[in-house]
Amino acid sequence: MSFGFTDVTVELGGETAIEGVDLEVEPGAITAVIGADGAGKTTTSRTLVGLLSPTAGTVRRPRAEAIGYQPEAAGTWLDLTVSENLSFVARAYGLPVASDRYRELLEVTGLGPATDRLAGELSGGMRQKLAVAMAMLPRPELTVLDEPTTGLDPMSRAEVWRLLARAAGEGTAVLATTSYLNEAERASHVVVLDNGKVLAAGTAESIRSSFRGLLGISATRPLDASAWRRGNHWRVWVPNGSLPPGARSATPDLEDVVTAAAYARQEAS
Amino acid sequence: MWAMVIKEVRQVRRDRRTLAMMIVMPIMLLVVFGYAASFDVSTIRVAFPDGVPDGASLPDVLEPVETSRSDPVDILRHGDADVVVVGDGTGLVASIDGSQLFTARAALQVFTSAAAQGVPITSEVLFNPELDTSAVLVPGLAGLVLLFVGSLITSLGVVRERQAGTLEQLAVMPLRPRDVFVGKIAPYFVVAAVDMVIVLVVGWLLFGVPFAGSVWLLALGAMLFLFVTLGAGVLISTVSENQGQAIQLAIMTLLPQVLLSGLIFPLESMAAGVRWIGYLLPLTYFNQIARGVMLRDAPFEAIALPLALLAGLGLAVFGLAVLRFRSDLAPSRAAALEPVA
Repeated sequence: MSFGFTDVTVELGGETAIEGVDLEVEPGAITAVIGADGAGKTTTSRTLVGLLSPTAGTVRRPRAEAIGYQPEAAGTWLDLTVSENLSFVARAYGLPVASDRYRELLEVTGLGPATDRLAGELSGGMRQKLAVAMAMLPRPELTVLDEPTTGLDPMSRAEVWRLLARAAGEGTAVLATTSYLNEAERASHVVVLDNGKVLAAGTAESIRSSFRGLLGISATRPLDASAWRRGNHWRVWVPNGSLPPGARSATPDLEDVVTAAAYARQEAS
Repeated sequence: MWAMVIKEVRQVRRDRRTLAMMIVMPIMLLVVFGYAASFDVSTIRVAFPDGVPDGASLPDVLEPVETSRSDPVDILRHGDADVVVVGDGTGLVASIDGSQLFTARAALQVFTSAAAQGVPITSEVLFNPELDTSAVLVPGLAGLVLLFVGSLITSLGVVRERQAGTLEQLAVMPLRPRDVFVGKIAPYFVVAAVDMVIVLVVGWLLFGVPFAGSVWLLALGAMLFLFVTLGAGVLISTVSENQGQAIQLAIMTLLPQVLLSGLIFPLESMAAGVRWIGYLLPLTYFNQIARGVMLRDAPFEAIALPLALLAGLGLAVFGLAVLRFRSDLAPSRAAALEPVA
C-alpha cells in the first residue's frame, strides 16, 4: 500500500501552507519533495507523519510504530552519544538495543568507530547519517526526512542519499524534502512545490520532458521574455514564438523546467 | 553605536515578556513586597489550658485561643498556639514555640517584660531553645532547593527538547504522552529528592539543625511539594519558546515564594491581601510541614491541612501541566496513532 495525500490542504494560523496537494509515497521507492524556502516542504512532511492535521483532503500513513521521522534541523539528541541515540530509538520502538540491525546501521553509516562520541561533536554529515540511521532503525514502513541534506557538503549529501536508497531497497516508502533541484535525479518520484501548490510531479525525466516552449542563453537580459540569472549568463524562456535576438538555443535541465513552470503559473495567475 | 542602540530597542520592544519583567515586575514586586516585608508580630496566640488567671490583664498582642489539649508540649506540637501558659504551683510558666522565630522572640519579650514588672511568670522556649535562625531557615531552604530543581531545571529540560526540535520527533515516536511526561520528569524527581537529603544533612552537620520528627512524614510532604514544583516546571516549559523565557518565568514564580511563603517574613506580619498570595504558594505549606516535622516533631494530624492543601495544589498544577504538555504532543498523537483514511 502506498502512503501520501489526496487533495490535501493545510492552513496554519489563517494562512494556507499547502493547497490541493496530491502525493504518492510508494514502498521501495524514494519520493523527493522539492521546493524553495516557504514552498510547503516542511508542512508536507509534518502533515504526512501526523504532526499537523489537514484542513481538507485525505492523508494515508501507517500506524506510529511504522513511521520513521527526522524533523528539519534535528533528528539527534546532541548530548547523547551515537550509541545512546540509537539505543533510545530502539527502546522507544520496543526493539532490542544491541541488535543485528543496530550493528548493520553502524557499519553502513560508517559510525562504528564513533559510537561513544556525542552527536553534538560529530561533523554535520556524520550527524545527519546518524539521524537517518535512527529513522531507519525500526525498519519503518514509511520514513519521512525533512531536508536531510541541507547544509551538507556534496560528498555527505551523496552519502545520505545512498542511505535513503538503502532504506528504499529494504522496502520502506521514503519521502525526503530538499531545496536542491539536482537531488531530484536520485529520487524515483519527484513533487515540486511552489507557494504551497504542486508545480510539477512525476519522475525527473517526465518533468524534464514536460517542458514546452524554447529555452535560450543570453549574455544580456532580454526585456520581453521571462529570464533568470544562472552563472554569468541569462536563461531565457519563451513559451510561444522565437527566441529574442542575441539568445542562442539551449537544452533545458530540470532547474530550467521548474523555473519555467513557476513563470508560467505566475503569468496565469 | 546608535545602530546598536536602535537594534537593541527594537528587539526589546518585540520581546514583550522581557519588557514586562523590566517595567511591570519591579512595580509589582515593590508594592507586594513592601506590604510583606515586616518582622513585626501583631498577634501571639496564647493557650491557657488551666484558664486565664483571675484578674489578669493581657496585653493586646496576646490573643487567647481555645484548645482541647492540656499538655503544653502537645499543644505547641500540634500548632494550636504559639505560647502555652500554665501554673506550676508557685507561679506561671510560659512555654513558647521556638519554631516560629519572630513570634517566639516577640513572646519572650512580652513575658520577660511582664516578669520584670513583678508578674510571677517564667518563660521557656521549646523546640529551638536558642532561637537559632538557621534551625528555622534550613527546613525552608530545603524547599527552595526542591523549587529550584523542580521548576527551573525541569522547565529547561523540556524547553531544550522543543528548541532542538526533538520534541517533535518524540511526538511521532510510538511513545504515549504520559511515557514522555513521566520519563521526562522522573530523573528530576530523583535529583531533587537527593538534593533535599543533602541540604538537610548539611544543615544538621554544619548548623546543628535538629530533626525531631518522622522522616516519613517529611518525605510525604516533600513528595507532594515536588509534585507541585515539577508540574510548575512542565507548565512553565509549555508556555516558553526558549530557555531564556523559561528562566524568566521560573524566576517570576521563585521570587514570590521566597518572600511571601513565610520563609523569611512571618505570614502573620503581612498585610491581609499579600498574605493571601502566600496561601496560594506551595512553599508556604512545605515550610509549615518541614518546620513542624523537623523542629516540633509535629504529628500527622498537626500537618494534615498543609499536606492536603499541597496535594490540592499539586493536582491543579500537575493536571494543568499534563493537559498543556499533551496538547504539545496530542494533536499529532491523535492523528498519528490511527491511519487516516
